[in-house]
Amino acid sequence: MRLQFEPRPTPSLAAQVLAPIAAFALTVVFGSIFFLVLDLDPFETLHVFLVRPLSSANGVSEWLLKASPLILIGLGLAIGFRANVWNIGAEGMFICGAIAAGWFALAFGDGDHAWLLPLMALAGIAGGMAWASVPAFLKVRFGTNEILVTLMLNYVAVLLLGYLVRGPWRDPFGFNFPQTALFGPSALFDPLVGVYRVNTSIFITLVAVGIAWLFVQHTFTSYRMTVGGAAPAAARFAGFRDSHSVWLGLLAGGGCAGLAGMMEVAGPLGQLTGHISPGYGFAAIIVAFIGRLHPFGIVLGGLLLSLLYMGGESAQIMLRLPAALTRTFQGALLFFLLAADFLIYYRPRRVGRR
Amino acid sequence: MTPRLELRGITKTFPGVLANDNVSLAVMPGEIHAVLGENGAGKSTLMKIIYGALSADEGEIRWNGELVRIPSPTAARHLGIGMVYQHFSLFETVSVAENIAVAVDEPFDLPAISARVRELSERYGMPLDPDRLLHHLSVGERQRVEIVRCLLQRPTLLVLDEPTSVLTPQAARSLFETLRVIAAEGCSLLYISHKLEEIRELCDTATILRAGAVAGTADPKTTSPAKLAALMVGSALPETHREPARPDPTPRLEVRGLDAAAEDPFGTDLEDVSLAVHAGEIVGIAGVSGNGQAELAALLSGERTLSADDDALRLDGEPIGRLDAGARRRRGLAFIPEDRLGRGVVPLMSLRENVVLTAHARGGMVRGGMVRRDRADAYARRVIDRFDVRCTGTGAVARALSGGNLQKFIVGREMELAPRVLVVSQPTWGLDVAAAAFIRQSLIDLSRAGAAVLVISEELDELLEICDRIAVLYRGRLSEGRNRGEVTVEELGLMMAGGSAAAGATEPAGPAAGRTGS
Repeated sequence: MRLQFEPRPTPSLAAQVLAPIAAFALTVVFGSIFFLVLDLDPFETLHVFLVRPLSSANGVSEWLLKASPLILIGLGLAIGFRANVWNIGAEGMFICGAIAAGWFALAFGDGDHAWLLPLMALAGIAGGMAWASVPAFLKVRFGTNEILVTLMLNYVAVLLLGYLVRGPWRDPFGFNFPQTALFGPSALFDPLVGVYRVNTSIFITLVAVGIAWLFVQHTFTSYRMTVGGAAPAAARFAGFRDSHSVWLGLLAGGGCAGLAGMMEVAGPLGQLTGHISPGYGFAAIIVAFIGRLHPFGIVLGGLLLSLLYMGGESAQIMLRLPAALTRTFQGALLFFLLAADFLIYYRPRRVGRR
Repeated sequence: MTPRLELRGITKTFPGVLANDNVSLAVMPGEIHAVLGENGAGKSTLMKIIYGALSADEGEIRWNGELVRIPSPTAARHLGIGMVYQHFSLFETVSVAENIAVAVDEPFDLPAISARVRELSERYGMPLDPDRLLHHLSVGERQRVEIVRCLLQRPTLLVLDEPTSVLTPQAARSLFETLRVIAAEGCSLLYISHKLEEIRELCDTATILRAGAVAGTADPKTTSPAKLAALMVGSALPETHREPARPDPTPRLEVRGLDAAAEDPFGTDLEDVSLAVHAGEIVGIAGVSGNGQAELAALLSGERTLSADDDALRLDGEPIGRLDAGARRRRGLAFIPEDRLGRGVVPLMSLRENVVLTAHARGGMVRGGMVRRDRADAYARRVIDRFDVRCTGTGAVARALSGGNLQKFIVGREMELAPRVLVVSQPTWGLDVAAAAFIRQSLIDLSRAGAAVLVISEELDELLEICDRIAVLYRGRLSEGRNRGEVTVEELGLMMAGGSAAAGATEPAGPAAGRTGS
């Protein structure tokens, strides 16, 4: 008797609902054993990881603040991923969006301009798209691999930002710290509630979710891209052009990442520094896949990953767990989640041998 | 006399399918035993059980009277069973001898293997040069490689799965000669096919399978084809009806002096291909696969476009060489590819979504950049109703449909577009008799309703049944079209082997690389 997996003729609806639940249960079981082995109280540890971060208003504020850029970037990346355009350069696009928006904030931030924030948002989108157009052009024109080009451009963007904040854009009154001057109030989003850091930019993400859903579910453009990703031969048969998908896939990812970068510097940071992203551009790849490339799924994925980050921090602080251990636990949850997805498309079958 | 191989009550189930239902048969030494049945009747499953690639749920296998268990192909080979698959498993870039040496269970000794290949190929009348590289070989020669590979192991039972599906009629006849010699030396043959004529010509006994069970056993030489067909299908063979063609004088689709280098390194270059298809007629392109069919189909459909030489392809007199598939479809040229899943449809999309693939320009299916699901759904429903597609509804995923139903869906989707020209590649490949007849009739009806239809097919019988004119593609060159009724199977067979009517009946070897199964 052995176990074999065979593809399901139709993806199972029950499995789609059950997969995340099963993954969560498995994580809890794995986590409990893991913590027991480490001589920790599993109940308390899981509580610190998953419940504690959300048990205060500030916690919820921080949770949303982190989830928002993850979701926004994930939405853009998913559009490319559906078309088999593998953009892993969201980190660099995020930075370029922040730089482009930052230029306007530094140039006009002193006055009281109602138009400044919308202009910065547009600059953020344009900056991200400009960065994304490099791999798009190279791929369409010369057939380069977009995975490599987008990845390499991340480092270029980091260095460019480093040069700016250490060189021409450094705050003259900043005691030589590698950072720009603080943005003026008209270049910043208003806080959503009182003293908490979560701000009105979260509405941008909400609107983006709606637009992405409309695009993915209903537009012919998205249909063509999805066909190109799922069955390239069928796309050629239908007469859908490959180059359109490459351009659109990368520009969507770049625009969203750039806008997220703008939201970060015009929100919690309020200035440009050498380290404006805690790895959102990479984490958003995971968010997109946890969300199965669907806009609503990506919202849940972003919320989950944000919670995991906060849980990891609170476990480090309260339980003095080393960072490596908290990441192991985070990794386990993601692993189970993606593994359980396999069961949506495949089913186990016992094979008898005589 | 004890049977060489005896099966008793073999039963095998797959999820939802009873593939073999209490199948029993006996093969005597030196006998050529046919296993006849439609696609999906359970022939392949049965052969895989005999060759150890699958194990039966129930039943027993006796080998020379002894109860045996065959857990693997290696075990089958040790018993003395050899298998020639329909699709070859050969390496393109190495020689014949090397291909054989890697596959036999003995030390890798090329000179010795080459010598034995020469000896065997002479003894059985299968000319084969062990030193030639495989990609220089014709499809018929490749099959000889597979057969010699089996014969090297001195089998006492040789299983052949649809061996003539890739051969010209003449090459099939020379294969039969070889098989008769092999059988006369005492080796038993299990010959799997759905072609009645060749079974009547070659085999001593026939076991007929239908829906997984034995429908009967017959002596094919004395049983009428109608009786055999009735056993195989369960009813009388469906017939197609056609009225004489009344083609329009001006051609709808015209190809003039088309030259195109293959994109695939093992593909076939097209040289100076010319043809014209008129409204109201069906033109067929015959030929053993791998002689340029795939290349021609891609160029006609627009999946591959011409960069220069725009004049080579014309639709209604207008050049279309530079247009992609979508643009050609908008001008009324529809295409049905030979690969269904992944090219004709997106496997994991529903039928409703899959109609959008080619029908998006029709019936306001896309408005303001948005796909209108209700329109797509109505279109899919029309296709399902008119072409009798068996499925759970318009939301069914394409992958879940059976081969016949999927092809009906694709054919229906393209025909609902009311195309001016329809190009079809292998329209009934792998379909059961009823579905194949239905699709052939649909093609005839479409042409008689005023469309120009071009059918590319490996099945000569099919082309002779439905076409008004037939041309033959050989090594990238297309022959003159011959009118139906003015050409015989023998003549077409010769042309498929590259000979003119005066040349001999042997299949010339050469750089026409064939598809080696996929």
